[in-house]
Amino acid sequence: MVTEQYWFIFLNAALINNFVLSTFLGICPFLGVSGKISTATRMGAAVSFVMLIASVSAYGIHNLLVRIDAQYLQLISYIVVIASTVQLVEMVIKKFSPALFKALGIFLPLITTNCAILGLALFQTNRGYDFLQSLSFAVGAGAGFTLALLIMSGIREELQLSAVPNVLKGAALTLMVAGILSMAFMGFAGLGGQ
Amino acid sequence: MTELNVQADKMDVFLKGVWKENPVFVMLLGMCPVLAVTNSVINALVMGIATTFVLILSNLLVSSLRKLIPKQVRIATYILIIATFVTVADYAIKAVSLEVHKSLGAFISLIVVNCIILGRAEAFASKNSIGRSVLDGLGMGSGFTFAVLCLGIVREVLGNGTFAGFSLFGPDFQPLIIMILPGGAFFVLGAYLMFFNWLKERKKINEKIAEPDMAMAD
Repeated sequence: MVTEQYWFIFLNAALINNFVLSTFLGICPFLGVSGKISTATRMGAAVSFVMLIASVSAYGIHNLLVRIDAQYLQLISYIVVIASTVQLVEMVIKKFSPALFKALGIFLPLITTNCAILGLALFQTNRGYDFLQSLSFAVGAGAGFTLALLIMSGIREELQLSAVPNVLKGAALTLMVAGILSMAFMGFAGLGGQ
Repeated sequence: MTELNVQADKMDVFLKGVWKENPVFVMLLGMCPVLAVTNSVINALVMGIATTFVLILSNLLVSSLRKLIPKQVRIATYILIIATFVTVADYAIKAVSLEVHKSLGAFISLIVVNCIILGRAEAFASKNSIGRSVLDGLGMGSGFTFAVLCLGIVREVLGNGTFAGFSLFGPDFQPLIIMILPGGAFFVLGAYLMFFNWLKERKKINEKIAEPDMAMAD
Protein backbone atom coordinates (compact mmCIF):
# COMPACT_ATOMS: atom_id res chain seq x y z
CA MET A 1 0.00 0.00 0.00
CA VAL A 2 2.72 2.42 0.96
CA THR A 3 4.90 1.69 -2.05
CA GLU A 4 1.82 1.95 -4.25
CA GLN A 5 1.39 5.55 -3.19
CA TYR A 6 4.91 6.51 -4.32
CA TRP A 7 4.44 4.64 -7.57
CA PHE A 8 1.26 6.61 -8.16
CA ILE A 9 2.94 9.96 -7.56
CA PHE A 10 5.67 8.93 -9.97
CA LEU A 11 3.22 7.88 -12.70
CA ASN A 12 1.16 10.99 -12.16
CA ALA A 13 4.12 13.32 -12.69
CA ALA A 14 5.62 11.34 -15.56
CA LEU A 15 2.62 10.38 -17.66
CA ILE A 16 -0.85 11.39 -16.49
CA ASN A 17 -0.05 15.03 -15.79
CA ASN A 18 3.12 15.17 -17.83
CA PHE A 19 5.10 18.25 -16.84
CA VAL A 20 5.60 19.49 -20.38
CA LEU A 21 2.53 18.35 -22.26
CA SER A 22 -0.23 18.92 -19.76
CA THR A 23 1.09 21.26 -17.05
CA PHE A 24 3.06 23.42 -19.52
CA LEU A 25 6.25 23.62 -17.49
CA GLY A 26 9.57 23.85 -19.26
CA ILE A 27 8.16 24.76 -22.67
CA CYS A 28 11.18 26.92 -23.60
CA PRO A 29 13.74 24.07 -23.63
CA PHE A 30 11.05 21.80 -25.07
CA LEU A 31 10.78 24.07 -28.13
CA GLY A 32 14.40 25.17 -28.13
CA VAL A 33 16.55 22.04 -27.77
CA SER A 34 14.29 19.37 -29.21
CA GLY A 35 15.93 19.53 -32.64
CA LYS A 36 18.27 16.57 -32.19
CA ILE A 37 17.94 13.37 -30.15
CA SER A 38 21.47 13.58 -28.75
CA THR A 39 21.08 17.09 -27.31
CA ALA A 40 17.59 16.25 -26.06
CA THR A 41 18.95 13.28 -24.09
CA ARG A 42 21.60 15.42 -22.41
CA MET A 43 19.18 18.19 -21.61
CA GLY A 44 16.74 15.68 -20.14
CA ALA A 45 19.46 14.14 -17.98
CA ALA A 46 20.68 17.53 -16.74
CA VAL A 47 17.15 18.69 -15.88
CA SER A 48 16.25 15.44 -14.09
CA PHE A 49 19.41 15.68 -12.02
CA VAL A 50 18.84 19.30 -10.99
CA MET A 51 15.18 18.51 -10.26
CA LEU A 52 16.20 15.87 -7.76
CA ILE A 53 18.53 18.24 -5.92
CA ALA A 54 16.07 21.15 -6.08
CA SER A 55 13.32 18.95 -4.68
CA VAL A 56 15.41 17.90 -1.67
CA SER A 57 16.54 21.44 -0.93
CA ALA A 58 13.06 22.88 -1.38
CA TYR A 59 11.77 20.37 1.16
CA GLY A 60 14.39 21.52 3.67
CA ILE A 61 13.80 25.22 3.07
CA HIS A 62 10.06 24.90 3.40
CA ASN A 63 10.40 23.21 6.79
CA LEU A 64 12.81 25.91 7.93
CA LEU A 65 10.56 28.74 6.75
CA VAL A 66 7.53 27.24 8.47
CA ARG A 67 9.53 26.98 11.70
CA ILE A 68 10.54 30.65 11.66
CA ASP A 69 7.13 31.69 10.31
CA ALA A 70 8.39 33.46 7.19
CA GLN A 71 6.54 31.84 4.29
CA TYR A 72 6.49 35.11 2.38
CA LEU A 73 10.19 34.47 1.70
CA GLN A 74 9.35 31.17 -0.01
CA LEU A 75 9.62 32.30 -3.61
CA ILE A 76 12.79 34.35 -3.12
CA SER A 77 14.61 31.63 -1.20
CA TYR A 78 13.57 28.91 -3.68
CA ILE A 79 14.86 30.81 -6.68
CA VAL A 80 18.11 31.73 -4.94
CA VAL A 81 18.69 28.14 -3.88
CA ILE A 82 17.91 26.79 -7.35
CA ALA A 83 20.23 29.31 -9.00
CA SER A 84 23.08 28.51 -6.62
CA THR A 85 22.45 24.75 -6.86
CA VAL A 86 22.77 24.92 -10.60
CA GLN A 87 25.99 26.86 -10.20
CA LEU A 88 27.28 24.30 -7.70
CA VAL A 89 26.32 21.34 -9.85
CA GLU A 90 28.08 22.99 -12.75
CA MET A 91 31.28 23.34 -10.74
CA VAL A 92 31.14 19.79 -9.40
CA ILE A 93 30.58 18.28 -12.85
CA LYS A 94 33.36 20.42 -14.28
CA LYS A 95 35.73 19.15 -11.59
CA PHE A 96 34.85 15.45 -11.65
CA SER A 97 33.77 14.82 -15.21
CA PRO A 98 35.02 17.30 -17.79
CA ALA A 99 33.62 15.13 -20.56
CA LEU A 100 30.08 15.33 -19.19
CA PHE A 101 30.53 19.05 -18.59
CA LYS A 102 31.47 19.56 -22.20
CA ALA A 103 28.54 17.49 -23.37
CA LEU A 104 26.02 19.48 -21.31
CA GLY A 105 27.55 22.79 -22.37
CA ILE A 106 25.20 25.75 -22.37
CA PHE A 107 22.27 23.73 -21.05
CA LEU A 108 23.42 23.70 -17.44
CA PRO A 109 23.25 27.46 -16.76
CA LEU A 110 20.01 27.66 -18.76
CA ILE A 111 18.31 25.31 -16.32
CA THR A 112 18.09 28.12 -13.75
CA THR A 113 15.38 29.83 -15.76
CA ASN A 114 13.60 26.57 -16.58
CA CYS A 115 10.21 26.92 -14.96
CA ALA A 116 9.87 23.15 -14.55
CA ILE A 117 12.37 23.25 -11.67
CA LEU A 118 10.73 26.07 -9.76
CA GLY A 119 7.32 24.64 -10.62
CA LEU A 120 8.32 21.30 -9.14
CA ALA A 121 9.44 22.95 -5.90
CA LEU A 122 6.23 24.99 -5.64
CA PHE A 123 3.91 22.08 -6.49
CA GLN A 124 5.42 19.73 -3.93
CA THR A 125 5.07 22.42 -1.26
CA ASN A 126 1.49 23.25 -2.23
CA ARG A 127 0.49 19.59 -2.16
CA GLY A 128 2.19 19.02 1.17
CA TYR A 129 4.30 16.03 0.10
CA ASP A 130 6.59 14.46 2.69
CA PHE A 131 10.23 13.72 1.97
CA LEU A 132 9.87 10.42 0.11
CA GLN A 133 6.80 11.61 -1.76
CA SER A 134 8.79 14.67 -2.90
CA LEU A 135 11.57 12.42 -4.13
CA SER A 136 9.29 10.23 -6.21
CA PHE A 137 7.58 13.34 -7.53
CA ALA A 138 10.94 14.75 -8.64
CA VAL A 139 12.02 11.50 -10.29
CA GLY A 140 8.68 11.25 -12.08
CA ALA A 141 8.80 14.85 -13.26
CA GLY A 142 12.34 14.38 -14.58
CA ALA A 143 11.36 11.18 -16.37
CA GLY A 144 8.30 12.87 -17.87
CA PHE A 145 10.32 15.84 -19.08
CA THR A 146 12.96 13.60 -20.67
CA LEU A 147 10.30 11.42 -22.27
CA ALA A 148 8.48 14.36 -23.84
CA LEU A 149 11.74 15.87 -25.07
CA LEU A 150 12.87 12.57 -26.59
CA ILE A 151 9.60 11.90 -28.42
CA MET A 152 9.58 15.45 -29.73
CA SER A 153 13.17 15.36 -30.97
CA GLY A 154 12.56 12.03 -32.67
CA ILE A 155 9.59 13.45 -34.55
CA ARG A 156 11.45 16.62 -35.46
CA GLU A 157 14.41 14.67 -36.86
CA GLU A 158 11.99 12.87 -39.15
CA LEU A 159 10.24 16.10 -40.10
CA GLN A 160 13.48 17.66 -41.30
CA LEU A 161 13.42 15.29 -44.24
CA SER A 162 9.88 16.10 -45.31
CA ALA A 163 8.55 19.00 -47.35
CA VAL A 164 6.82 21.49 -45.06
CA PRO A 165 4.84 24.52 -46.28
CA ASN A 166 6.66 27.80 -45.71
CA VAL A 167 4.10 29.26 -43.32
CA LEU A 168 4.37 26.27 -41.01
CA LYS A 169 8.15 26.27 -40.71
CA GLY A 170 9.80 26.71 -37.32
CA ALA A 171 7.96 27.00 -34.02
CA ALA A 172 4.48 26.79 -35.56
CA LEU A 173 5.02 23.21 -36.69
CA THR A 174 6.64 22.22 -33.40
CA LEU A 175 3.61 23.55 -31.53
CA MET A 176 1.18 21.66 -33.74
CA VAL A 177 3.11 18.44 -33.14
CA ALA A 178 3.14 19.20 -29.42
CA GLY A 179 -0.63 19.59 -29.53
CA ILE A 180 -1.07 16.14 -31.06
CA LEU A 181 1.36 14.65 -28.52
CA SER A 182 -0.55 16.31 -25.71
CA MET A 183 -3.78 14.74 -26.97
CA ALA A 184 -2.04 11.37 -27.11
CA PHE A 185 -0.90 11.76 -23.52
CA MET A 186 -4.49 12.40 -22.46
CA GLY A 187 -4.97 8.70 -23.02
CA PHE A 188 -2.91 8.04 -19.91
CA ALA A 189 -5.70 9.55 -17.81
CA GLY A 190 -7.11 6.01 -17.78
CA LEU A 191 -4.30 5.05 -15.41
CA GLY A 192 -6.12 7.13 -12.80
CA GLY A 193 -5.55 10.89 -12.68
CA GLN A 194 -5.99 13.26 -9.81
CA MET B 1 17.37 65.96 -30.06
CA THR B 2 14.43 68.23 -30.68
CA GLU B 3 11.19 67.93 -28.80
CA LEU B 4 9.51 66.10 -31.67
CA ASN B 5 12.31 63.56 -31.98
CA VAL B 6 12.14 62.74 -28.28
CA GLN B 7 8.41 62.14 -28.59
CA ALA B 8 8.88 59.90 -31.62
CA ASP B 9 11.62 57.94 -29.87
CA LYS B 10 9.43 57.32 -26.83
CA MET B 11 6.57 56.19 -29.02
CA ASP B 12 8.94 53.87 -30.83
CA VAL B 13 10.21 52.27 -27.59
CA PHE B 14 6.62 51.60 -26.54
CA LEU B 15 5.29 50.34 -29.86
CA LYS B 16 8.25 48.03 -30.46
CA GLY B 17 7.12 45.85 -27.56
CA VAL B 18 3.50 45.77 -28.61
CA TRP B 19 3.92 44.82 -32.24
CA LYS B 20 7.31 44.74 -33.98
CA GLU B 21 9.12 42.81 -31.26
CA ASN B 22 6.09 41.26 -29.58
CA PRO B 23 7.59 39.03 -26.87
CA VAL B 24 5.28 36.09 -27.55
CA PHE B 25 4.48 36.05 -31.27
CA VAL B 26 7.80 37.34 -32.58
CA MET B 27 10.45 36.54 -29.97
CA LEU B 28 8.81 33.35 -28.61
CA LEU B 29 9.58 34.18 -24.99
CA GLY B 30 7.59 33.30 -21.90
CA MET B 31 5.68 30.46 -23.51
CA CYS B 32 4.77 28.57 -20.34
CA PRO B 33 2.23 31.06 -18.92
CA VAL B 34 0.96 31.84 -22.42
CA LEU B 35 -0.06 28.21 -22.85
CA ALA B 36 -1.03 27.39 -19.30
CA VAL B 37 -3.35 30.17 -18.12
CA THR B 38 -5.17 31.10 -21.32
CA ASN B 39 -8.10 28.72 -20.86
CA SER B 40 -10.31 31.69 -19.92
CA VAL B 41 -10.31 35.41 -20.68
CA ILE B 42 -10.26 36.45 -17.02
CA ASN B 43 -7.25 34.26 -16.22
CA ALA B 44 -5.41 35.58 -19.25
CA LEU B 45 -6.15 39.18 -18.35
CA VAL B 46 -5.01 38.80 -14.73
CA MET B 47 -1.84 37.07 -15.88
CA GLY B 48 -1.16 39.83 -18.40
CA ILE B 49 -1.66 42.59 -15.85
CA ALA B 50 0.47 40.85 -13.22
CA THR B 51 3.30 40.31 -15.68
CA THR B 52 3.12 43.92 -16.89
CA PHE B 53 3.22 45.13 -13.28
CA VAL B 54 6.33 43.09 -12.53
CA LEU B 55 7.96 44.10 -15.82
CA ILE B 56 7.50 47.84 -15.27
CA LEU B 57 8.66 47.82 -11.65
CA SER B 58 11.64 45.52 -12.22
CA ASN B 59 12.71 47.59 -15.23
CA LEU B 60 12.38 50.73 -13.10
CA LEU B 61 14.49 49.36 -10.26
CA VAL B 62 17.10 47.70 -12.44
CA SER B 63 17.50 50.85 -14.48
CA SER B 64 17.84 53.11 -11.45
CA LEU B 65 20.39 50.76 -9.85
CA ARG B 66 22.25 50.02 -13.08
CA LYS B 67 25.37 51.95 -12.05
CA LEU B 68 25.51 50.35 -8.60
CA ILE B 69 25.14 46.67 -9.48
CA PRO B 70 28.50 44.93 -10.01
CA LYS B 71 28.69 43.17 -13.34
CA GLN B 72 29.53 39.71 -11.94
CA VAL B 73 26.42 39.37 -9.78
CA ARG B 74 23.95 41.24 -11.99
CA ILE B 75 21.83 38.23 -12.98
CA ALA B 76 21.41 37.14 -9.36
CA THR B 77 20.49 40.69 -8.40
CA TYR B 78 17.92 40.94 -11.19
CA ILE B 79 16.35 37.65 -10.13
CA LEU B 80 16.08 38.87 -6.53
CA ILE B 81 14.45 42.13 -7.65
CA ILE B 82 12.00 40.25 -9.88
CA ALA B 83 11.18 37.69 -7.15
CA THR B 84 10.36 40.52 -4.73
CA PHE B 85 7.85 42.11 -7.09
CA VAL B 86 6.34 38.75 -7.99
CA THR B 87 5.75 38.06 -4.30
CA VAL B 88 4.00 41.44 -4.06
CA ALA B 89 1.82 40.62 -7.09
CA ASP B 90 1.07 37.15 -5.70
CA TYR B 91 -0.17 38.49 -2.36
CA ALA B 92 -2.09 41.33 -4.06
CA ILE B 93 -4.02 38.91 -6.29
CA LYS B 94 -4.73 36.68 -3.28
CA ALA B 95 -6.14 39.69 -1.42
CA VAL B 96 -8.35 40.85 -4.31
CA SER B 97 -9.76 37.51 -5.48
CA LEU B 98 -9.02 34.17 -3.92
CA GLU B 99 -10.87 32.41 -6.71
CA VAL B 100 -8.66 33.78 -9.49
CA HIS B 101 -5.59 33.08 -7.38
CA LYS B 102 -6.66 29.47 -7.07
CA SER B 103 -7.30 28.98 -10.77
CA LEU B 104 -3.95 30.50 -11.72
CA GLY B 105 -2.23 28.33 -9.12
CA ALA B 106 1.55 28.28 -9.10
CA PHE B 107 1.74 30.20 -12.36
CA ILE B 108 1.74 33.58 -10.61
CA SER B 109 4.85 32.59 -8.69
CA LEU B 110 6.31 31.25 -11.90
CA ILE B 111 6.39 34.78 -13.35
CA VAL B 112 9.84 34.86 -11.72
CA VAL B 113 11.24 32.53 -14.35
CA ASN B 114 9.40 34.18 -17.25
CA CYS B 115 12.26 34.87 -19.63
CA ILE B 116 10.67 38.09 -20.90
CA ILE B 117 11.29 39.87 -17.60
CA LEU B 118 14.88 38.77 -17.08
CA GLY B 119 15.51 39.33 -20.78
CA ARG B 120 14.31 42.94 -20.69
CA ALA B 121 16.25 43.64 -17.48
CA GLU B 122 19.44 42.37 -19.07
CA ALA B 123 18.95 43.62 -22.63
CA PHE B 124 17.26 46.95 -22.06
CA ALA B 125 16.90 48.27 -18.51
CA SER B 126 20.54 47.76 -17.59
CA LYS B 127 21.61 50.02 -20.45
CA ASN B 128 18.92 52.71 -20.69
CA SER B 129 17.56 55.66 -18.71
CA ILE B 130 14.76 55.18 -16.18
CA GLY B 131 12.08 56.79 -18.35
CA ARG B 132 12.87 54.68 -21.38
CA SER B 133 13.06 51.49 -19.31
CA VAL B 134 9.64 52.07 -17.81
CA LEU B 135 8.22 52.71 -21.28
CA ASP B 136 9.87 49.54 -22.55
CA GLY B 137 8.36 47.57 -19.65
CA LEU B 138 4.95 49.04 -20.42
CA GLY B 139 5.30 48.22 -24.12
CA MET B 140 6.52 44.66 -23.59
CA GLY B 141 3.86 44.12 -20.91
CA SER B 142 1.12 45.34 -23.23
CA GLY B 143 2.47 43.12 -25.99
CA PHE B 144 2.38 40.13 -23.64
CA THR B 145 -1.13 40.98 -22.43
CA PHE B 146 -2.29 41.37 -26.04
CA ALA B 147 -0.89 37.93 -26.86
CA VAL B 148 -2.42 36.10 -23.89
CA LEU B 149 -5.77 37.79 -24.56
CA CYS B 150 -5.62 36.70 -28.23
CA LEU B 151 -5.25 33.11 -27.04
CA GLY B 152 -7.63 33.42 -24.11
CA ILE B 153 -10.48 34.80 -26.22
CA VAL B 154 -10.21 32.11 -28.91
CA ARG B 155 -9.92 29.31 -26.38
CA GLU B 156 -12.77 30.38 -24.12
CA VAL B 157 -15.20 31.30 -26.91
CA LEU B 158 -14.64 28.07 -28.84
CA GLY B 159 -14.01 25.76 -25.91
CA ASN B 160 -16.70 26.92 -23.53
CA GLY B 161 -19.05 29.12 -25.57
CA THR B 162 -18.58 32.00 -23.14
CA PHE B 163 -16.71 35.31 -23.06
CA ALA B 164 -15.34 36.26 -19.63
CA GLY B 165 -18.05 34.08 -18.08
CA PHE B 166 -21.01 35.35 -20.15
CA SER B 167 -22.72 32.79 -22.35
CA LEU B 168 -22.54 33.77 -26.02
CA PHE B 169 -24.38 31.23 -28.11
CA GLY B 170 -27.17 29.96 -25.88
CA PRO B 171 -27.67 26.42 -24.54
CA ASP B 172 -27.61 24.67 -27.93
CA PHE B 173 -23.95 25.41 -28.56
CA GLN B 174 -21.68 22.37 -28.70
CA PRO B 175 -18.33 23.52 -27.31
CA LEU B 176 -15.06 22.28 -28.79
CA ILE B 177 -13.79 20.85 -25.51
CA ILE B 178 -10.31 20.31 -26.94
CA MET B 179 -9.77 24.09 -26.93
CA ILE B 180 -9.71 24.36 -23.14
CA LEU B 181 -7.68 21.17 -22.75
CA PRO B 182 -3.86 21.36 -22.93
CA GLY B 183 -3.75 20.21 -26.55
CA GLY B 184 -5.87 23.15 -27.67
CA ALA B 185 -3.37 25.62 -26.24
CA PHE B 186 -0.65 24.24 -28.48
CA PHE B 187 -2.95 24.26 -31.54
CA VAL B 188 -4.16 27.83 -31.05
CA LEU B 189 -0.66 29.22 -30.46
CA GLY B 190 0.62 27.24 -33.45
CA ALA B 191 -2.16 28.70 -35.61
CA TYR B 192 -1.31 32.24 -34.48
CA LEU B 193 2.37 31.70 -35.31
CA MET B 194 1.32 30.37 -38.70
CA PHE B 195 -0.69 33.53 -39.28
CA PHE B 196 2.30 35.73 -38.39
CA ASN B 197 4.55 33.69 -40.66
CA TRP B 198 2.04 34.21 -43.44
CA LEU B 199 2.04 37.99 -42.83
CA LYS B 200 5.85 38.00 -42.97
CA GLU B 201 5.93 35.99 -46.20
CA ARG B 202 3.38 38.27 -47.83
CA LYS B 203 5.34 41.36 -46.81
CA LYS B 204 8.49 39.88 -48.31
CA ILE B 205 6.70 39.18 -51.60
CA ASN B 206 5.21 42.69 -51.68
CA GLU B 207 8.63 44.23 -51.12
CA LYS B 208 10.03 42.22 -53.97
CA ILE B 209 7.28 43.45 -56.29
CA ALA B 210 7.87 47.04 -55.15
CA GLU B 211 11.59 46.84 -55.92
CA PRO B 212 12.00 44.78 -59.07
CA ASP B 213 15.73 45.60 -59.32
CA MET B 214 16.37 44.03 -55.94
CA ALA B 215 14.46 40.94 -56.93
CA MET B 216 16.59 40.59 -60.04
CA ALA B 217 19.75 40.96 -57.98
CA ASP B 218 18.62 38.06 -55.82
